[in-house]
Amino acid sequence: MLVAFALYVAWANRVYPVGTVHVPGPGFMPLALAIFLGTMGLLIAVGGARSRPLIEMRWTEAKRAVTILIAAVVCVSALEVVGYRLTMMVLLVFLMGVIERKPPLMVAVLSIGFPLLSYYVVADLLLVPLPRSPWGF
Amino acid sequence: MGETLDGLLLGFSIALQPSILVYAFVGCILGTLVGMMPGLGPLAGISLLLPATFGLNPIIAMVVLGGVYYGAMYGGSTTSILMRIPGEAASVMTCIDGYAMTQNGRAGPALAIAAIGSFFAGTFGVLGLMLLAPTLAAWALAFGAPEFTALLMMGLFILAYMSGGSMLKTLSMAGLGLLLGMIGIDQMSGFTRFTYGLVELGDGISIVPVAVGLFGVSEILLTAGQEEPPKVQKPKLRELIPSREDFRLSVGPIGRGSLLGFLIGVIPGSAHIISSFVSYGLERRLSKHPERFGNGAIEGVAGPESANNAASSGAFVPMLALGIPTSPITAVMIAAIMVHGIEPGPLLIVDQPELFWGFVASMYVGNVVLLILNLPMVGLFVNLLRIPYAYLYPCILAFCIVGCFSVNNSMMDVWIMLIMGAVGYGLRKFDYDLAPVALGLVLSPMLEISLGQSLAMSAGDYTIFIERPIATTMFALGLVLFGFAIKPLIFKGKKDWRSKVGLEGE
Repeated sequence: MLVAFALYVAWANRVYPVGTVHVPGPGFMPLALAIFLGTMGLLIAVGGARSRPLIEMRWTEAKRAVTILIAAVVCVSALEVVGYRLTMMVLLVFLMGVIERKPPLMVAVLSIGFPLLSYYVVADLLLVPLPRSPWGF
Repeated sequence: MGETLDGLLLGFSIALQPSILVYAFVGCILGTLVGMMPGLGPLAGISLLLPATFGLNPIIAMVVLGGVYYGAMYGGSTTSILMRIPGEAASVMTCIDGYAMTQNGRAGPALAIAAIGSFFAGTFGVLGLMLLAPTLAAWALAFGAPEFTALLMMGLFILAYMSGGSMLKTLSMAGLGLLLGMIGIDQMSGFTRFTYGLVELGDGISIVPVAVGLFGVSEILLTAGQEEPPKVQKPKLRELIPSREDFRLSVGPIGRGSLLGFLIGVIPGSAHIISSFVSYGLERRLSKHPERFGNGAIEGVAGPESANNAASSGAFVPMLALGIPTSPITAVMIAAIMVHGIEPGPLLIVDQPELFWGFVASMYVGNVVLLILNLPMVGLFVNLLRIPYAYLYPCILAFCIVGCFSVNNSMMDVWIMLIMGAVGYGLRKFDYDLAPVALGLVLSPMLEISLGQSLAMSAGDYTIFIERPIATTMFALGLVLFGFAIKPLIFKGKKDWRSKVGLEGE
């Protein structure tokens, strides 16, 4: 993966002038770092034979991790459309109520209380312009 | 010396006035609360409060802003220790062992040592500021681009030397961080690199979303899906207090971290960020049991926290002695003085002794206030761990989202946080150390521009680095350390301490 990433960076870097060692251009440092990263990646891959096999790795938490990540991605996509408070309420209800299956009362209290309180502190007190919905909420 | 003591007495006569003490308390409380919010670090806290200080007299304004600064530096460590969310680059190292201590049921001692270490380092920093400011300011001015390049390179060499696990993996992660730091406008040429037409990436990637994603979000992804959820902790009062052994182990790291942090903090630029990284590496190297680092070693909290806070005081040396802002925070502080018509500079101490010595004395007072405030609050903060993880992690995730958005009021930062969360999850599964990514990201733009400036100064001649004594010394030291670091890779038969403790991957 590291080698592939390094190769991609080197390829994407082709549009920037590399310059010379004495007068480096904007593409010099990225190219040097891509070569460095690629070399490290190769050395790790060569030494990988002595590492523990991939198949032995346990991915028991992966399913839930992916679910949480997708929920966060959906939430962030909706943040500017639906507004901070509403989006966070839905995210918290989904994570606590649907994934964790916690009692509805606690879920309701936290998923309403946390977005409202955090909005008050961050937006009203600290004056950070958190996204609002078209309905002003 | 007599003049210094007279000045300090004058300062205390001002700083200990009840009204000023109240402002110091208010500043520290606000700073601690702001610092706990990822994204809203000391700079954001000071900038937000700056307009509110325009109506105050300059001494009070400086006391409030100084309190916010110290408070925010400490507040950042609270979320690092309890939730593994580093609010800023300086807190990245604290969260490694701080959070491990929390998982081991030792959040109380970690928070208490962080507070005590911060207090000692802050006080040491003020002492240094008071006694050595003019000398150190002159030394700081000797730091040109070549010296800065050498310092940053030395930071990277030290990273390799201090690496606890596989050195190849550490170096590759540093390389990854350095590459991420290449995104945005190249300040030497004006070229926009790797932004893919996204205007928000023009300024580069901010450290906060990367650190929060790599450390905070990846932790949620790894922990929330475990078959057995983390146990709820119900710490008793005596478990909140560091033991005698904790104090014994922390004394050295606090002392070394304070000295190291102060010296690095004096240097112009954002070099203070590396102080906590270097301190962590140093402590791991000096420890008789380096295998404890990463698993809840209290030295891993005491050293970086002290270095971080001492560096904050060190940053005030060029500001107060020469009137030169060496970081964005000191620039805002200077603005706060100038608003009142006071010209900062070498004559400040002569023209405005009340302001100079009042501010120095208020830094002592601020440190004491912070300790008094935060030690009792350890119990309060630790109560967060009584909340079952199923309730806690959704709120932490929401907290991360709002915190990252607050950095630049940009959704791009939130997306970067999520991407880094996924990357961090994958990398941690393969036992990669994530701290070098954060260090590389911070150092990369500074390194590139200082290297470019050095070469411009010497018309492309690299001998500039061996013609200047400070740069040569730092390069030589870095190379020696790097040589020690790669020795076990070259001479397989001769193992170093990493192999002895089973940490060597290669």
